[in-house]
Amino acid sequence: MSKERTYQDPSFRDIQEDREKSEGDRDRRVGKSEVRVDGFDKASGRTKYYEDLVPPGALYVRIKHAEIAHGMVRSVDTGEAQAIPGVVKVLTCFDVPDIPFPTAGHPWSMDPGHQDVADRHLLNRHVRYYGDDVAVVIAEDEVSANQGVRALKVEYEELPFVLDAVEAMKDGAPTLHEEYPGNVLKHTELRKGDYQNAIKEPGLVCVDKVYETPTVQHCHIENHGCFAHEENGRIVVVSSTQIPHIIRRVVGQALGRPWADIEIIKPYIGGGFGNKQDALYEPLCAWCSVMVGGRAVRIDCSREETFVSNRVRHAIRFHIVSWLRKDGTIAARKVEVFSNQGAYASHGHSIAAKAMGSFPQHYPCENMECDSYTVYTNRPAAGAMRGYGMPQASFADESNIEDCALALGMDSYEFRKKNIMPRGFHDGFSGNTNYYDTFRQCMEKGAAYIDFERKKKEYAEDSGDIRRGIGVATFWYNTGVYPISLETSSNRMALNLDGTVTFQCGETEIGQGADTAYAQMVAEAVGLRSYRDVHVKSCQDTDITPTGLGAYASRQTYMAGFSIRQTADLLRDKILAYANELTRQSVACMDIACGNIIRREDRQVLMSLKELAMTAQYNPVHSEHITAESTYTIRNNAYSFGCTFAEVEVDIPMCRVTVRNMINVHDCGRLINPALAAAQVHGGMSMAIGFGLSEQLIFDPKTGRPLNGNLLDYKLSTTMDHPHLEAQFIENPEPTSPFGTKALGEPPACSGAPAIRNAILNATGVAIDHTPINPHVLFAEFSKAGLIKDAWT
Amino acid sequence: MSAQYKLIHCTINGKETEKMVDVRASLTDMLRNEYHLTSVKKGCEVGECGACNVLINGEAFNSCIYLAVWAEGKNIQTLEGLLSPEGELSDIQQAFVEESAIQCGFCTPGFIMTAAEILNTGKLYSDDELRKLLSGHLCRCTGYENILRAVKKAMYRRLGKEVDF
Amino acid sequence: MYDMKALYEAESVEDAIRLRVEHPEAQIIAGGSDVLVQMREGKRAGKELISIYMIDALRGVSLDEEENLRIGSLTSFSHITRDPLIRKYCNVLGEAVDQVGSPQIRNIGTIGGNTCNGVTSADSASTLHAYEAIIELTGKNGIRRLPIRDFYIRAGQVDIAPDEIQTAILIPKDSYENTWGHYIKYGLRNAMEIATLGCSVNVRLSADKKTIERCRIAYGVAGPVPMRCPSAEETANGAAPTKELAERFSSAVIDDITPRDSWRASKAFRQHIAVEMAKRALSRAVELAGGEMK
Repeated sequence: MSKERTYQDPSFRDIQEDREKSEGDRDRRVGKSEVRVDGFDKASGRTKYYEDLVPPGALYVRIKHAEIAHGMVRSVDTGEAQAIPGVVKVLTCFDVPDIPFPTAGHPWSMDPGHQDVADRHLLNRHVRYYGDDVAVVIAEDEVSANQGVRALKVEYEELPFVLDAVEAMKDGAPTLHEEYPGNVLKHTELRKGDYQNAIKEPGLVCVDKVYETPTVQHCHIENHGCFAHEENGRIVVVSSTQIPHIIRRVVGQALGRPWADIEIIKPYIGGGFGNKQDALYEPLCAWCSVMVGGRAVRIDCSREETFVSNRVRHAIRFHIVSWLRKDGTIAARKVEVFSNQGAYASHGHSIAAKAMGSFPQHYPCENMECDSYTVYTNRPAAGAMRGYGMPQASFADESNIEDCALALGMDSYEFRKKNIMPRGFHDGFSGNTNYYDTFRQCMEKGAAYIDFERKKKEYAEDSGDIRRGIGVATFWYNTGVYPISLETSSNRMALNLDGTVTFQCGETEIGQGADTAYAQMVAEAVGLRSYRDVHVKSCQDTDITPTGLGAYASRQTYMAGFSIRQTADLLRDKILAYANELTRQSVACMDIACGNIIRREDRQVLMSLKELAMTAQYNPVHSEHITAESTYTIRNNAYSFGCTFAEVEVDIPMCRVTVRNMINVHDCGRLINPALAAAQVHGGMSMAIGFGLSEQLIFDPKTGRPLNGNLLDYKLSTTMDHPHLEAQFIENPEPTSPFGTKALGEPPACSGAPAIRNAILNATGVAIDHTPINPHVLFAEFSKAGLIKDAWT
Repeated sequence: MSAQYKLIHCTINGKETEKMVDVRASLTDMLRNEYHLTSVKKGCEVGECGACNVLINGEAFNSCIYLAVWAEGKNIQTLEGLLSPEGELSDIQQAFVEESAIQCGFCTPGFIMTAAEILNTGKLYSDDELRKLLSGHLCRCTGYENILRAVKKAMYRRLGKEVDF
Repeated sequence: MYDMKALYEAESVEDAIRLRVEHPEAQIIAGGSDVLVQMREGKRAGKELISIYMIDALRGVSLDEEENLRIGSLTSFSHITRDPLIRKYCNVLGEAVDQVGSPQIRNIGTIGGNTCNGVTSADSASTLHAYEAIIELTGKNGIRRLPIRDFYIRAGQVDIAPDEIQTAILIPKDSYENTWGHYIKYGLRNAMEIATLGCSVNVRLSADKKTIERCRIAYGVAGPVPMRCPSAEETANGAAPTKELAERFSSAVIDDITPRDSWRASKAFRQHIAVEMAKRALSRAVELAGGEMK
């Protein structure tokens, strides 16, 4: 027995064989809870991440980070550092090429007006946040490099700093980038109907509130890191990234080199969640290698650097004014979005724009006036993070909807059903249509699981120190970035001599299970016996792997689906053409199923793929290595939907919330792998619990210094902070996808926080409009609401 | 400082070994760099994430904050040591695969080693007890849900029972 | 790789004392879960270390000839929690140190290290204060014992002479005999947490369980060092265990504690939860002692 088979659960295999026997299911490879293709290696500790591949002798690059929030570097005294034995070279912000470059993991645009903002240098003389990159020490060993960094003496001219987006927009606020006086990176607006006129309608109820979400960090367990060296005059960078092909372009830009001079290799990565959808330290690492003559150099971010000097989620303030009719309809809404960009543009305005864009679609109303502002501040740069603006927007929108229902004295569940995006809703911009009555289906499934109606009534009676509550929130999400940016996917399939297929594509495995989904889709599309007969090359090399865009925007399964179907058809055509040579059966009469060439009519096996591959390869007259490769430009998007129900217990005197029960219901189309889909949902729910209750990067108002950038002081949930997490699905097939699938990567992170917030409101009557709703916040809010009274104060 | 080295004898994954070790090294450094046991992961280097967890004389330790010189005379187990000589996964590794308890895989080695310690007690723990016993590991992918399932499943199986989730 | 100047390894207590005298600048490292973290941060980078971790003689729990509980300074938290003598005589200490960090931290962390740090948030400290523990220090001139409240000098500083190491912590028989205690840790999450506040209460009830003969309460993080609350104790000593007493008792802690504002928590918040925790810890301790809060 071969070793790779040992981890298949025997009972599971029986079920599968039973299914294969049953008519109709015989050729299905998707829709099954297969174990991960990388499961064995990950369970045995064999999987190699970037740090496991660093060549011996690689030099250590350690970065000197700014210790002020804003200012100009006047000088860097490197003398003492250079004298430390082991230190090879010290490079500062005065040594770097004067080439500003963008870092966002967006596809390149041929339209200069649509390209990302290039506002960063490899090292910065104008430091814009506490933790900005000022200099590097390159040394033979880690200790010398760290000593070198501590020995650098940086002289600054300090400038005033600003941490808050709204403050940064005010006259007299310090300017971060000369090109952007007033600090507004971008302002966009969205108008529908006539808001100003609509609000004059008599008898309207107005709910005017501000909601706010904090700066949080991705906290993938593997910190970002990379190593670089020169090979035949080109630069090779091995990096923990979600987007190898995009990184190639950015490194080329930053170093002023032709893009093809750069080769990026992505091994397995220990999570990304959007942080690694950005050029982090790959450009700096590549440049450091060049500066030491092409020797191998490594940059390994510490956890503290990951918190501060990588990327964070945008803190966003929403001002929402909702005008309601007594009949429970919404007459008009005004939404202002103030997004805290931090020091550098990174993904820039895309996040605020997406957040703003969610409002008119989530709860459509005739008259809307929306404005979004992305504002530079002296915080760490905000970039992509799971949900890309939607967790923030969902918190604001679903809190506001709850508050609206309360203001009208309506049941919020009914209010949602009445106003939420209806079946048949079409968004002209994305081309998306709500084909099914999905929101209702999801909410009803979730409500049934958690016994919503009964508990809502029962918990309303709680009045002691400890009170229970239950809440709901919903979301919608896009699949991929069309039509804002290019959507393309390429892949290659090669038929191996044993009848298996080797598969490569640029949509990256980052932990989510993409490789397993691809294996299942390829096996089904080609007609293989098992997904195990697809060998997915998880390690990507931009010199070898077909160009793809990477892992982001919950796009991989959906987008790869198009190119997988297309390439599989090409491969099948070639296989059947060769089979025609061998069997002289008409191509139209043949099919590929379960790893065999069969005759369609009677499913008679004509030959196995192995036989065909061997014959084709070693045919002395017509030798052929059967491969196929193609690129598919996707010009579709797809709505993904879902909701969260959360049940909480609030200990009022102790100012504590415990989540007792939580369910997410998703409609992400047909599931490719139900078990992995559920696993994906659990992770998003966990992130949402943290977003709602505990996570926040805190800054010292006096210095701008981040105070809790480590895993002890930043409150990521532990095993003891969660209830059982329930994931359920509604499988309405997505009509545009060859596999009926759509976004699931990010959606699970979107609706959890507002569901918890609404449950706390249900439990205590206290509406809390900012996250995280931690004990400090509860203490202040409960004191304000009179639920706690301290006699001595 | 002038380099200071010490000869360290210990048993690693059942094999007696000795190596000259830089006294400044953590046990993580020693296991990764001297013994190429790369299942020992670095996620924070201050004992908060649990990715570098190994068993020392049967107890779980974050090897990042354990000096390599303290390994003298100890019996150390890493994830590599759980695989059978024939390359078969142990029951707990198998359970992690079956229950989709692995995503990016970076926290996995540490979690499995703590789970191995839990299973070695031969006790049946409640869900709350399991949550506490596993609380020294952070994971961002799984929400811990399937990790708990995997440990529970393996715990029941080792006691000859089938788990009822 | 840690940036340390030199490492001196002690194999016995005598060895450790000799190394202390020979290397006055060196920092003692027990389990290392604090010292190594600080060294990595740069705070203690480039320093010499004296490792006492390998001195197995400093591990274990026993009863001395006067039946005081004697805990070797290098006993790990997890071993304290599992120890049969601790469970029998001072279970609350085992429960308190079972809330330190995480299982792995509880395997490496030692009670000696936890107290020698001198930090107010140490999970063992409030219970040790509430049991009037005795610190045993061994130096070149022999053994010195002092009450734990005198051991803590100020935040981060404890009374250890340059030639001494801490060798044991004693819980006097009078403190644990017929006494039951409860510890509440307040943190922002349920594991991997440094205490926002820690509160340990123990009581001895009269034979008929109708009177609290002796009540002791101590806090961590209610001031720069762990502290007792004499005003609160006074209200409870000799009183009947009632809900009304719990209110008076818990309100009285406000007169004793001196929490401060920091980014981790405001003074007002710490005061608020201190009162609530005192109330709950007292009620639980009375219940454990077989009494009932009427």
